[in-house]
Amino acid sequence: MSAPGTTKLLEVRDLAVAFETRGGMIHAVNGVSYALETGETLGIVGESGSGKSVHVLAMLGLIPKPPGRIARGEVVFQGRDLLALPDKALRKVRGGEIGFVFQDPMSSLNPAMTVAAQIVEPLRIHLGLAGAAARRRARELLDLVRIPDAGSRLDQYPHEFSGGQRQRVMIAIAIACKPKLLIADEATTALDVTIQAEIIALVRELKREIGMAIIWITHDLGVVAGIADTVQVMYAGRILERGPVDDIFSDPRSAYTLGLLRSLPDLGVRDVRRLRLQPIEGTPPDMRLPPAGDPFAPRNRYATPRCFLEAPPLSQAPGAAPGHLVAAWYDLPGQLARERPTP
Amino acid sequence: MSGAEAAPATVTAARSAPVAAEPGPLREIWFRLRARPSAVVGLVIVLALVGMAVFADWIAPYDPSATNWGAVRTAPSLAHPFGTDEVGRDLLSRIIHGARASLAAGLTSVALAVTLGLPLGLLAGYAGGVIDGAIMRLTDALLAIPFLILAIALAAFLGPSLTNAMVAIGLSATSIFVRLSRAQVQAITAEEFIEAARAVGNPPWRIALRHILPNIVPAILVQATLTIAAAIIAEASLSFLGLGQQPPAPSWGSMLNVAKNFLDQAPWMAIWPGVSIFLAVLSFNLLGDGLRDALDPRQRN
Repeated sequence: MSAPGTTKLLEVRDLAVAFETRGGMIHAVNGVSYALETGETLGIVGESGSGKSVHVLAMLGLIPKPPGRIARGEVVFQGRDLLALPDKALRKVRGGEIGFVFQDPMSSLNPAMTVAAQIVEPLRIHLGLAGAAARRRARELLDLVRIPDAGSRLDQYPHEFSGGQRQRVMIAIAIACKPKLLIADEATTALDVTIQAEIIALVRELKREIGMAIIWITHDLGVVAGIADTVQVMYAGRILERGPVDDIFSDPRSAYTLGLLRSLPDLGVRDVRRLRLQPIEGTPPDMRLPPAGDPFAPRNRYATPRCFLEAPPLSQAPGAAPGHLVAAWYDLPGQLARERPTP
Repeated sequence: MSGAEAAPATVTAARSAPVAAEPGPLREIWFRLRARPSAVVGLVIVLALVGMAVFADWIAPYDPSATNWGAVRTAPSLAHPFGTDEVGRDLLSRIIHGARASLAAGLTSVALAVTLGLPLGLLAGYAGGVIDGAIMRLTDALLAIPFLILAIALAAFLGPSLTNAMVAIGLSATSIFVRLSRAQVQAITAEEFIEAARAVGNPPWRIALRHILPNIVPAILVQATLTIAAAIIAEASLSFLGLGQQPPAPSWGSMLNVAKNFLDQAPWMAIWPGVSIFLAVLSFNLLGDGLRDALDPRQRN
């Protein structure tokens, strides 16, 4: 892992996103705040509907409005609030300073355009490259993402590429303008495990070469362990826990994080390994009526009465490594110790 | 293979030599179309009709408007293979020249309908909101009137001539293309690659023209081919009613109109234009169906 820099690249402050539907207002993201440093890799973990994808799409103005609406908050990227930028200025950021890789490589490339034409797009939009120069750069990018025989594959169409290769092309498009930040939204979820490992290895190499920060969104803790410096666990549109990757895995402070770790088959992390594989009981809350208290409280056996009444703030976990934050009223290590007295 | 360095280029060339070099989408469509006998039959007849229309002056044995009072309503013979009409004009020559009116009406009116309908549909589907509402209510109103009735009404309003018939047919068919292209745009806009195109920083107009438009062309092409068939019938109907091609210029529809008075004495006068209309409509329908199958994205491997 390269050491994270010290300057703040991105700062999300109290971001809230809602969707107006026939069934009522869906509060998808409810006050998310965090910062990302230059060159840092942040893994965001959470289940479907936790707001992890929606909040990054909202940052870049990629949610449809209506029905989507940014209720409040700021997203400061390199000193500018992205949410306040006019559309034209925001387009300069998208694909230029911030690259985006989507989940499904089979459907995120345009079937009617050659691969070269699609790689050239960000080069033309952001760098003003055209013609032979753009083509040369497109070829370099295909080489960079390790697609063999790049020169002859430029003029092929997406359907002539395999799933893993298409995701490599998507990554080539995302890093075409040497972005400061790469956002990967479930970028390996649709790929099989060996291809997943290849893509992750590729992204780590590219990160070393380009020096970009990464936000890696996934529901797979194994993937996060392999790539992230910092992990952030999201649930019901909130951050429940955040900290350095090793601390999150060895010393989870949120009952939800613990639940996620316990539902993993074999992670190889010593402290969690002895625990039985067990699912998290219950279902996530109805986001039309987000609970007033800790959103995980109804599924949390360690919840205290206060958890149901008042939402806990995200703050330094007592006795944990510095920068390990948790939103919980209960004391998870204490509860666990009481549950299983040491022999 | 351009731009590749010498060594890898030769390797690639050797490996991919037996296969088609650059299997672009058009080539692929052609391969799939060729595998469908009915589509090939349709294409052959269409090409034959187009050839007939283009080279009518050279292949027609007689002047289609030259009357011959010595050979009125003669049955098919060696001199007149299709027979002659009520003023002794050669029916074969009139059928050959009539292909011009039919094809011109079919192609021109559909071209007009696509030229008007596609941009409107693109705008409605992509912009949405009030613009979409306004365009679509107008389209709904036009679609509520049966195609042929609307064409007849418009042609009657514009006055009888082949050009006006084409305009009337084109305007009547426009709503089909507005509706189709809007639906296609909406379907494509929901695709993930459009979101990916936005994430790269494409402005809206570029997404509409470079990312959405090429993906709706296949559906428009299929519909256009099928609508040509409908437009040929419409032209024949308008000419039958005297609202299309004006005498003495030949048109299959107006030939049928005259022939109906002589059905018992000279049935050949009705048979040949009838068969011609039938073949023209059939061939465009066969071709359109074949194209639809060949362009079906679900059959992509």
